[in-house]
Amino acid sequence: MEEQAIATPINSRHRDLKALMAPFGGWDMPIQYEGIIAEHAWCRQKAALFDICHMGEFLFQGDFESGGLEDVFTFSVKTIPVGRSRYGFLLNEQGGIIDDLIVFRLAEDKVMVVVNAATAPNDFDAIKQRLRGGTFTNITDQTGKLDIQGPLARDVMVAALGGQVAAIPYFKFITMDILGVEAIVSRTGYTGELGYEIFIPAEKVCQLWDLLLQDERVKPAGLGARDVLRLEVGYSLYGSDIDEVTTPLEAGLGAFVNFDKNFVGKDALLKQKETGITRQKIAFQVSSRRSPRHHYEIFSGDRQIGAVTSGVFSPMLGCGIGIGFAESGDYPLGTQLTIRHERVSMEAVVCEVPFYGGGSLRS
Amino acid sequence: MAEMYFTKEHEWVKVSGNTGKVGISDHAAHELGDITFVELPKVGKTVKQFEVLAAIESVKAASDIFSPLSGKVIAVNDELDATPEVVNESAEEKAWMAEIEIADAAELKNLMTQDQYTEYLKTL
Repeated sequence: MEEQAIATPINSRHRDLKALMAPFGGWDMPIQYEGIIAEHAWCRQKAALFDICHMGEFLFQGDFESGGLEDVFTFSVKTIPVGRSRYGFLLNEQGGIIDDLIVFRLAEDKVMVVVNAATAPNDFDAIKQRLRGGTFTNITDQTGKLDIQGPLARDVMVAALGGQVAAIPYFKFITMDILGVEAIVSRTGYTGELGYEIFIPAEKVCQLWDLLLQDERVKPAGLGARDVLRLEVGYSLYGSDIDEVTTPLEAGLGAFVNFDKNFVGKDALLKQKETGITRQKIAFQVSSRRSPRHHYEIFSGDRQIGAVTSGVFSPMLGCGIGIGFAESGDYPLGTQLTIRHERVSMEAVVCEVPFYGGGSLRS
Repeated sequence: MAEMYFTKEHEWVKVSGNTGKVGISDHAAHELGDITFVELPKVGKTVKQFEVLAAIESVKAASDIFSPLSGKVIAVNDELDATPEVVNESAEEKAWMAEIEIADAAELKNLMTQDQYTEYLKTL
């Protein structure tokens, strides 16, 4: 698998920085540079730069309704104002999540769909099958993507790219000239901090990486820190927390499903609403510094009620945190749980997400 | 000066008289990445050579720590409860985890010397 992993345009920079590299979603990606905890702290306090070129991007151009795009996702595309983006799901007929994604409304008749790396080829086929018109293209290879995240991200971006970045509100984006090419700067991210996702033609992304890193307030961060950051704010990771046999209702993500419109999987979800879900997402905090991990078992007393899907040591909380699925029931805040795996056992209590709500996201 | 011996699983023991302090090597600490938790044994616990003595967790992984020698735990380094990152900063000096009363010094023949361990790392 490793020899086939695709290099992003910034691969040589990661190697120069002696990053620990690993295959992720079919790509050769940096896991850490100086260390996950240090990179996490830098993102919470300053500004961290992530190579996110592995994610997939598709373009649709045409009429959303007659072209069929309006019925593809769990949210309406035509009601997204131009210059805004929306998060939601691509479902299968059973209501299972094929992917979670963001759609950017570029123009009256044009959107960009941003999807996870590992699922991108499958997503493209699934969406294309549902379309009846318009043009649909996979621009992943031509598109570079950098995320800059942290309380100082706005100051850094303004210093490097100019003042028009300063006024972008949360979940809005602008198209602007960067290094002589057209780029998209979006006020979105995956860390709970103020930040931007930048889409720029692949041939310029390395130059932009170098430019942003010239600012001493910026340090590179890898996928290891990104995973801790996203879990602290309770975001789901596709493939771990959500997948094709998990519905948005089970995953506690029903807010991103619009039942006033048609979409593939709607009938299954309506039925699930009626009969009730048999398992549900729960979040918990461990009483020690131990980390719950994917596949650890969740017990209530002596009875296993579920399994962990994501868990880490949270540097912000100073303890282990996790999310997982349990048989449906009532789990009020503070409910005692035990997380077990082989000879490891840790006490935990049900808690709210985000685990950490002190980020600069909306500042 | 205390003699230092290593296991293939990257634990070390520093022998001083009939006791030995146990920890993990710089190499192991580096491989694990940021250490977030150390499960220390209870004082009084008896262990056999190469049996589980303690456990360690990093952001990336959870691992068992095996005892380089048989014996009884007579002290533990409580400082690691609150500051497990000391393992990353000083794995072979400050971050000893347990001190054991050595049951059978003849077991040292099953361990590597510092030079042998350095050679061993080159083969990995």
